[in-house]
Amino acid sequence: MNNTNPPTYRSAAAAGIASPRLQKSLHGLQDRFGKGAMEIWATMDDREMRHRVKDSRMNTFAHLDIILAELAKNVRARGGQVHFAATAQEAIDYTLAVAKKNKVKRVVKGKSMTSAEINIDPALEGASIEVVETDLGEYIIQLAGDKPSHIIAPCIHLDRNQIGELFAEKLGIDYSNDPPTLTMAARSALREKMLGAEMGLTGCNLACAETGQISLVSNEGNIRMATTMPPVLVALMGMERVVATLDEHREALHLLTRGAALQKLSTYVSFLGGPANADDPDGPKEFHLVIIDNGRSKILADPEFREVLACIRCGACLNICPVYGKIGGHAYNSPYCGPIGAVVTPLLDGINKHADLCKGETLCGACKDICTVEIDLPRMLAALRHKLAYGSDRWNTRQHNPIEAYVYSLWKLLVSNSFLYRLSLRLGWLLQRPFVKKNKMISKMAGLADGWTADRDLPPLAGRTFTDLWKRKYAVGRPSASKAQKKGGS
Amino acid sequence: MTGAPVSLFIQCLVDSMFPEVGEAMVRVFDRLAVPLAYPEGQTCCGQPAYNSGYRREAAAAARHFIEVFAEAETIVCPSGSCVHMVRHHYPELFPGDPVMAERARAIGARTFEFSEYLVDVLRVTDVMAEYPGTVTYHDSCHLSRGLGIARQPRMLLENVRGLELIEMANSDTCCGFGGTFSINYPEISVAMVDEKITNILATGADAVVGCDISCLMNIGGRLSRRGEKVKVLHLAQVLAGVEGESK
Repeated sequence: MNNTNPPTYRSAAAAGIASPRLQKSLHGLQDRFGKGAMEIWATMDDREMRHRVKDSRMNTFAHLDIILAELAKNVRARGGQVHFAATAQEAIDYTLAVAKKNKVKRVVKGKSMTSAEINIDPALEGASIEVVETDLGEYIIQLAGDKPSHIIAPCIHLDRNQIGELFAEKLGIDYSNDPPTLTMAARSALREKMLGAEMGLTGCNLACAETGQISLVSNEGNIRMATTMPPVLVALMGMERVVATLDEHREALHLLTRGAALQKLSTYVSFLGGPANADDPDGPKEFHLVIIDNGRSKILADPEFREVLACIRCGACLNICPVYGKIGGHAYNSPYCGPIGAVVTPLLDGINKHADLCKGETLCGACKDICTVEIDLPRMLAALRHKLAYGSDRWNTRQHNPIEAYVYSLWKLLVSNSFLYRLSLRLGWLLQRPFVKKNKMISKMAGLADGWTADRDLPPLAGRTFTDLWKRKYAVGRPSASKAQKKGGS
Repeated sequence: MTGAPVSLFIQCLVDSMFPEVGEAMVRVFDRLAVPLAYPEGQTCCGQPAYNSGYRREAAAAARHFIEVFAEAETIVCPSGSCVHMVRHHYPELFPGDPVMAERARAIGARTFEFSEYLVDVLRVTDVMAEYPGTVTYHDSCHLSRGLGIARQPRMLLENVRGLELIEMANSDTCCGFGGTFSINYPEISVAMVDEKITNILATGADAVVGCDISCLMNIGGRLSRRGEKVKVLHLAQVLAGVEGESK
């Protein structure tokens, strides 16, 4: 990708909306997976499970230091190496050092959001290490020089014809748009890459402190190969991925695969807890777990936003969000897109920088309803807007829009004083006159308000408000509000 | 029916742009002999400021609302999102002021959305209304998700003489209004309302009915621009037995 500024949220959104192919894909995705997840939650026997898992996630955060120490202790006891990385750069440096020490020339990756968050690929490639994605969707994205647009289905924005053309060009096969043919072509290409790789690099869906393991779910078998065939394995883990006990792990996993893909269990679940040993000879010679903070401590420390760390990255909120369903994932300009991305991206990477993500939703609440672990994302979007409205030292955020702030301070005067409020409505009624067309609609307004009228009509302010009408037509013969209220209060 | 009057809380958009919706509500309550009062000092519940992050300004609106309705025993509003604002967000607006926070909580507990008040409080599902025609119902987000009110408006509609209710696909998907979102992100907002309109048109209904005028203004504004003939009505207008004067 080039280094020019990314398109704005609005322009990228408009591009997504203008693509019939994307609209078709997103519609199909939401119709199947969004509705499917809601159906599962509505019909599952154990209605308390989502609530329980959320509680256990939040309890874990209250003792996160102890639980992470337990995880590290148990991994080390099995011969694994654990590194705590405070920043993205520290995680990159550590991984690069491991690669250099082992003279790694090729890394095979198993889809990892965290690796995208810390942007490790350019660093590896800069050290002359070949990086190959092994998740089919991510592999397609890599071949295309593109970016993922969905947490679980990274190439949802591409259809099989585009993928057929891509494979014909990059893999030198005859053009086909037949999914099995394309999958087999990717499979042969990837197997070759797997065989020669010196290092596997994965993320971590869940980690269990009690057993000292990380767990990875996949449906393609690529994770199993990428984690056992290369002699070195590095797993990148956001520090909030951990659960305390195997019981909690079982329930979180139960919800993860359902929320993500409506599966009772993914085709593969890999439990990894250290290098190969005499009892368990399959596996890497070296196992490294990199536990990454990169801004999570700051979220953890703020009770207003801590809840977002409970996310298990199932992606269900993308499958229901009516905004994501129109604009697609690229508009978010972040590895984390959709409703969860709109909250977590500003928190990790700057609230001002990602102001459009904070403001560019309708707060409809669908994401809260579908969330596997009942996270109140709309509440946090409103809280992010609160930071933007006034600025926040804690979040190193400046006031986003001083003009808007001024408008709201005027608005405050009006709504606090009914005389001024009524006067302003009257004034608005007079001023709107030239804009009201024959059909009694306003179809063109100036400035920001044209955001409404560019593609919609607006009814004008009424000549007589309900308040006027009440006084003229309805108040007569009724107890006045104050008398009635006294009577009501007695 | 007798007792303390119902205090009408007429959403600012209804007051200033759709007064006929407020009038329709008065007609329904008059038919049911519910005594009414209208505190004239009312302005706006503060939702626009709250949703844009301006909580100090929203708190000023909330304070005004709480004063104006201080003596009201029961408050009824023709807007789900405003009731959601009062019931769920007012109590958050006064951190460090337990007295106001308690007043906010208390006023939320006695503020009801129109269909909720009829069905859940008055236990009325038939208001003796007539509406000859087919309608489809749009579930507004704060009403259906925020307040859990989806059954009540349908029960009322089903008892309207001459009315046939045809459900649209995805009736509870957001129409794309979202307050200032509709102005700040018009491309997204219009794409969303177009999908809503596709689902409305697919029912073949003469009218789309809802309980939140802001959503209806969005849907109606887009229908008008597209030149579609479907009528847009607030539930109160259907229950009053009159067609709305405004599209």
